[in-house]
Formats: sequence, C-alpha cells, structure tokens
Amino acid sequence: MNEVLSAGYVLEYTYTRSVGKVIGQFLANLRDGRISGVRTASGRVIVPPSEYDPETGEACDELVDVGNSGVVKTWAWVVEPRKRGPLQHPFAWALIQLDGADTGMLHAVDAGSIERMATGMRVKVRWAAERTGRIEDIACFEPEGA
Amino acid sequence: MSEPIKVVPMPVRLEYTVTAGRTYSRYLHALAQKRIIGGRCPSCTKVYVPPRGSCPTCGVPTGEELALPHSATVTTFCVVNIPFGAMPFRPPYVVAALLLDGADLPILHLVRGIEADQVRMGLRVRAVWVPDGELAPTVESIRWFEPSGEPDAAYETYEAHL
Amino acid sequence: MRRRVAVVAFAQLPNVRRDTEREETELVLPVVNAALEQARLTRADLGFTCSGSSDYLLGRPFSFVSALDALAPWPPASESHVEMDGAWALYEAWVRLQCGDIDTALVYAYGKSSLGDLRDVLTQQLDPYYLAPLGPDSVSLAALQARALLDAGGCSERELAQIAARSRAAALDNPYAQVRKRCDVDQLLGEPYFVAPLRKHDCPPISDGACAVVLAAEPAALRCNDRPAFITGIDHRIEAHALGARDLTTSASTRLAAGHAGALEGTFDLAELHAPFTHQEIILRRALGLSAEVNVNPSGGALAANPMMVAGLARIGEAATRLSRGEGRRALAHATSGPCLQQNLVCVLEAS
Repeated sequence: MNEVLSAGYVLEYTYTRSVGKVIGQFLANLRDGRISGVRTASGRVIVPPSEYDPETGEACDELVDVGNSGVVKTWAWVVEPRKRGPLQHPFAWALIQLDGADTGMLHAVDAGSIERMATGMRVKVRWAAERTGRIEDIACFEPEGA
Repeated sequence: MSEPIKVVPMPVRLEYTVTAGRTYSRYLHALAQKRIIGGRCPSCTKVYVPPRGSCPTCGVPTGEELALPHSATVTTFCVVNIPFGAMPFRPPYVVAALLLDGADLPILHLVRGIEADQVRMGLRVRAVWVPDGELAPTVESIRWFEPSGEPDAAYETYEAHL
Repeated sequence: MRRRVAVVAFAQLPNVRRDTEREETELVLPVVNAALEQARLTRADLGFTCSGSSDYLLGRPFSFVSALDALAPWPPASESHVEMDGAWALYEAWVRLQCGDIDTALVYAYGKSSLGDLRDVLTQQLDPYYLAPLGPDSVSLAALQARALLDAGGCSERELAQIAARSRAAALDNPYAQVRKRCDVDQLLGEPYFVAPLRKHDCPPISDGACAVVLAAEPAALRCNDRPAFITGIDHRIEAHALGARDLTTSASTRLAAGHAGALEGTFDLAELHAPFTHQEIILRRALGLSAEVNVNPSGGALAANPMMVAGLARIGEAATRLSRGEGRRALAHATSGPCLQQNLVCVLEAS
C-alpha cells in the first residue's frame, strides 16, 4: 500500500525528416556508392557536408567527391557494443579523414581487435549490401589491405 | 548525378521506467480500493485531487489525505469529435472537468450514459468503477462518470472552480 | 555598467544512482524551500525564476511544467525555462537581473538520469542525419576525445586515474556526492577498458538529483547572505556542431568564455569544473590557464555526482557556498553541455 509505483514507458516518434539540398545530394551519392564533401569558399573540404561554412557562416553547396578511404585521426574501442550500434561485436568508433577531405567523419571501424587499431592507420569503406540513401549505406570502415 | 533524396525516415525510440512518486502512488493504491483520495494543503486548506507533492499556491506538500465521495459536478466539458490515435471510444464523446464533492480542483474524466449534446455545466455525476476483480492501482479503475439523477448543481457552487 | 549580482543561497538533494520515490515536484520542492530559507526570502519576494531540465531525459514533453507546482505560481510568477543544464538558467536569470527592475531570482534544476538509458537519450542530441542513426553514445564520443588528447601527448592514462582518485576522495567531504571513496591509482589502472582509452573510473556516475540557487543584486544580496559570492564575470560560448570540424584536444569555447568573464586574469582559491570525464579536466585546466595550486573540484565534481541538467549549476553553487563560508576569496565555476565539451560557461565569483 505504501509501495511507490513505477511502470515501463516507451516514447516513440516516427519522424520523417526532410534533408534539404546538400544533405539530400550527399545521401543520394551514398546510395550510388560515392562519398562527398562540400567545398567552402576558402577551399576547405568538409565531410560529411555541412550546409554552412562553420567558420564564416557562408552557404555551401558545391559538393565534391572524396575518396572511399582515408586516415583514422582518433578512435575509441567499444568493448561491449550497445544494442543500437552499427556492429554487434567489439569495434572502434573513429574520426576518419577521407582522402581529399579536410575534416574527420565519424563512423565505425570493424578492425577485429583493439590491437589492430592505431591513430594514423588507413581504412576503407565497407558498403551496405543494400543502399537507400542513409548514413548507414556505409556499413562501416575496415582496415585497408584487410 | 542521381535524384537527390528529399526525406528520410528517422524514428526515435526511447524506453523509460518512470515512477509515480510517493504522493501519486498513494492516490493510485487508493483507487484500487475504490477510494478517491484528496490531499489538503495545511496552509490554504484547499483539497486537491489527486493529492500533490506541493500545493500549487502555497509551495508546501499537501498533508492530510481524505477519501472523497464519488459524486461530482460537471464544471466545464468538451465534446471530442475528431478521430485521433488511441481513442477510448468512437466520437463524439465527452471529456469533462469534474469537481468532486469536497475538492477544490476539478479532475478530467469521461462522461457517459448520456447523449453528448445533453451534457451541461452543473450536471451531477457519479463514478462508475470497473468490476471488483479488475480494480488496480490505475486511473482506469474508474471507467467513467455517469449522471446520478440529482438535480443540477447551482452555478454558485462551482463558479469559483472554472 | 553591470549590476553586481551574487549567489546568496544553494541547496541540493543528495545525489543517488536511482531515486525511485520522487517525481518532479517532490524533487524540486525541498531544494527550492531550502534555498529560499537560506536566502531569507519567500516566494513572494522573487522577481524571476528560471529552471533547467530536459524533456528527453525525463521522457515527457513539457515535463518541467509539472515541477512548477513547487514554485507555487499563484499569483502567476515570472518564470522561464531552458532545456539545458541549470547553469544556463542561471545565466538567463543573471541577464534578467541586469535590467534593474527586480532584485532577486530563483534558479533550479533537476534531472533523473535513471529513468531511461542515459547513453541512448544523449545520442538524440547528435546530428540527426549523420550521427544519431549510427548511435554513438556519450562515453564513446568522450573516448574519442581522450584518445586524441593522449595521442597529442596531452596526458597519460595514469594522470587520468589520478584525477578519478582525487575526485572521489575529495567527495568524502561532500555528504551530497554519490561516489565517495579512496582508490588506489595502480588498482584503477589495472581495471579493463570500458570504451578505450577510458575505463569505468574515467567516466561519471549516473545520477538523479536536483538543486536550487538564489541570485540577488546588490544591495539586496547583503540582506540575503552575510558573505555573498558576487558574480564578477559570466560568459558562455559554443563550438561547431560537427565533431570532425573541431579540435577536440583544446577547448576554444572555454578559453573564449573565460576571457570574456575575466577568468584569465588574477588567481583563484578554488575552481569547480564540470568535467564529467577525467581527460576533460585536463583540457579545461589548460584552456583556463589554471595553475597547479588551484584546488580543483573540492566537491568531487561531476566524477563524484553527475545529475544531468544539474551538475553545471551545482558547480556554481558549490563554488559560491565555499566562498560564503570563508574558504576563499575568488572562485571559478564552469559548466558544459553537448558532446566533448561543445558548449561551455565560465563564471567568476568573488566574496569579500
């Protein structure tokens, strides 16, 4: 009678987001198996593309292709993957600077073990079996020459 | 250059375990025993249903808890006509602000057993409970309120609670 | 010319892993009542109230509305709210007091991280197109920053463990802290990685809590507190959204805010830094230019108790309380929001 009651509760929103021109083109290019960035007025290539230059605020709409592989700038090893992650066995999150880009892109690296991870290593994209125009079209990255 | 993507489904799903808190839990337990309890503010003596962790005008917890009659007056109400998600009944149906006898703040609940266009301010109603075997610490222990047959309450008896 | 505004009261609930008994009003009422009593004020005396909390944390849109009962808003109160740590609610209250027509303000914050899965909840604050669908959690993002700092030679894993040990030991003197114990640094370093390079002890606890602060402008401040902690500078700055576009090893926003708040000049007797992860204390100390002598996080900081939406405001409250108790003359308080120290608030407090 004095027991404080509790109950489970699920909050669910079925959002469908409009993505705009820049993100929309980036996602369409992912579907086609290409990764793009946006070039700012100063010539900096930002991946994934932002709609505005984070330094000047100017609108960016010039999408350019960048490479499918690049360099790990920093990483973190997930010992126990969470249900919502991209992989269900231990993997690394990493900021990956793709060839031709000036910024790092955050994604997963399926390296197999923590010993195989190192800042500065090269990784290449592993495409999802089916691509629909979402960031998950990149299933993850893997060590180059794996 | 392929067709740009315009929209992407991005659902959000989060799971929680929420607590009713001490005060509201006592209210829910009482409903399981077919009791509707209110809490009286020790400062302004107003009675709130459900009892509250803090009186909204005095900032002190409502202390004394008392069982209220199951009878109430319809103060204001609305007729729901528009269909949406998980509705308890097909429209039109009535949701009313019901002032329980002895309470100072109305509660919201359903009014049934009367045509929607017959519901009026001042209508006297009483709680209809689920069968005893279905009573549980939930507001759904009260199914709805229905007319009690008493004469309508005079406007003066509820005008301060609109 | 800015009005001199002081922190004249601070009250908090003991921070716990899981409060199963209290809902919003029951969390807020005791800290609001205690803070008002300390400040020798009633609700009727207040000119303004601002709160900080998060609907996503609590699982309910407009969750903060139910807590308003604790304010007893009748007659109707002048009230505002931020979906942020209460430190930003304090900033809004401070700005409001600059208008000159009111003299006192109440700030409160509450958060129950235990209700949902905190790491899932925090993922919702990330870029919805590029990051949220992948689900990188708050610990993983912090770990990326820690790795970058280690790679840059900015610290060692031993230094991180030392910060963890020092914080939890300091918390032994703080009855409101949650994780209070003595730890052996070598033993900590022997623990497995949680999300490498972070170990469990490098991460904050998950906490439920609430706190309230009262601000008062001079001369009212002197009626509320015999030794008010005056805010001589306060500022906050935010960095770019994309993690890959930021230098994660420095905190440019903290440095900029500190400059505007006057925190890069003079000395401090103590500093309460809102560093939920051990490596972040190092980054913040450098950005603020704090000398080694400054007593950092005498309360134990966010490593000892990390009630979301509350911990930043609590840093200001803890720093101010110590000054009012005569434990120093000048203190720095800092609050952060967003992944990897994206947004930072710096506050300089001085007592006579």
